[in-house]
Amino acid sequence: MAAKPVLYYFNGRGKMESIRWLLAAAGVEVFRTGQVPMVEIDGMKLVQTRAILNYIAGKYNLYGKDLKERALIDMYVGGTDDLMGFLLSFPFLSAEDKVKQCAFVVEKATSRYFPAYEKVLKDHGQDFLVGNRLSWADIHLLEAILMLEEKKSDALSGFPLLQAFKKRISSIPTIKKFLAPGSKRKPISDDKYVETVRRVLRMYYDVKPH
Amino acid sequence: MSGKPVLHYANTRGRMESVRWLLAAAGVEFEEKFLEKKEDLQKLKSDGSLLFQQVPMVEIDGMKMVQTRAILNYIAGKYNLYGKDLKERALIDMYVEGLADLYELIMMNVVQPADKKEEHLANALDKAANRYFPVFEKVLKDHGHDFLVGNKLSRADVHLLETILAVEESKPDALAKFPLLQSFKARMSNMPNIKKFLQPGSPKKPPLQEKEIPNLLAIFS
Repeated sequence: MAAKPVLYYFNGRGKMESIRWLLAAAGVEVFRTGQVPMVEIDGMKLVQTRAILNYIAGKYNLYGKDLKERALIDMYVGGTDDLMGFLLSFPFLSAEDKVKQCAFVVEKATSRYFPAYEKVLKDHGQDFLVGNRLSWADIHLLEAILMLEEKKSDALSGFPLLQAFKKRISSIPTIKKFLAPGSKRKPISDDKYVETVRRVLRMYYDVKPH
Repeated sequence: MSGKPVLHYANTRGRMESVRWLLAAAGVEFEEKFLEKKEDLQKLKSDGSLLFQQVPMVEIDGMKMVQTRAILNYIAGKYNLYGKDLKERALIDMYVEGLADLYELIMMNVVQPADKKEEHLANALDKAANRYFPVFEKVLKDHGHDFLVGNKLSRADVHLLETILAVEESKPDALAKFPLLQSFKARMSNMPNIKKFLQPGSPKKPPLQEKEIPNLLAIFS
């Protein structure tokens, strides 16, 4: 049994990226190989992205202090998951569809999701989304923000609290390290990634936008 | 305020049905407010009741919860249907997420275009028979217990029963090759709370009919 969690996936973002983020934020080192989202951790072979993320968050105290805090975290993570989910198929779209999907995602982010998180921060005035301490919800939101900014660099204009939030969370040592070159963080999926996934899974040849 | 959870959704299974199942299995009575027209959803939005402008929404313990997973996680945790520790929860999560994929496949059948329906259904049933049911049959075989995790009822068992029944609506003999799942189904269906939920007049909703779709689209689009 490896002491470090072992990640099985493609050498790209996809559904594994949120897992890399969370492990990195918790300061956990990983190895990686292989195929589907699968993580060997603590003697278990965990599949299903959500199961993996829930476990890591729970284990490293990033899941709130009680059921109600967990409920809030789950709600917020659900939102950022939906938002980032719109971008999962993005690398596989035609150039024309990419433009449409980009506009769609940016619209959803700026009219539905970012306002919700901006309001959460405004209402309690704290540095973190839940319980006045770092949780999975903060890490997931940062991931989503950076992903959106790759599509529209000023996606956060009009959201001053989210801008400050982004700076703050980015400068947490474990996260700062993950954001630096040479970390396990994956770049935007390129043509090579697309070709590999299609070849291995024999899927995603004819992907339509949302 | 009655203190009972209040479910806000359309009068259909959709994304709320697994919440109804879980509350019922936990023996928790609840109320439902059905969205019947677009204005009903609009009102919830303008009230500020919907964090992401979406339903399902459940009023529970002073919260207006959205996001189906969050709602189910909370109910499961509150009513001790989520395992006794992190590792049991991991197993439960794996099973539940896998079942959700299958359930969604089955549920999406009714909204497929007419010329794609047969193929879609065949694919869903094939996955049930060759990917999902064998996994759960093996889990039950390997540990020999009555329940999937920790020798005790959990949300994984409830969701498995829900999914089995949904598959059987399309293929009544879907469990023919899975003897342990058959006895699992019989056992679970006989548990008092679940037995009650399976009877006529309960909050359990029937499968979606094509003729309902236009009205649902009118509410949600």
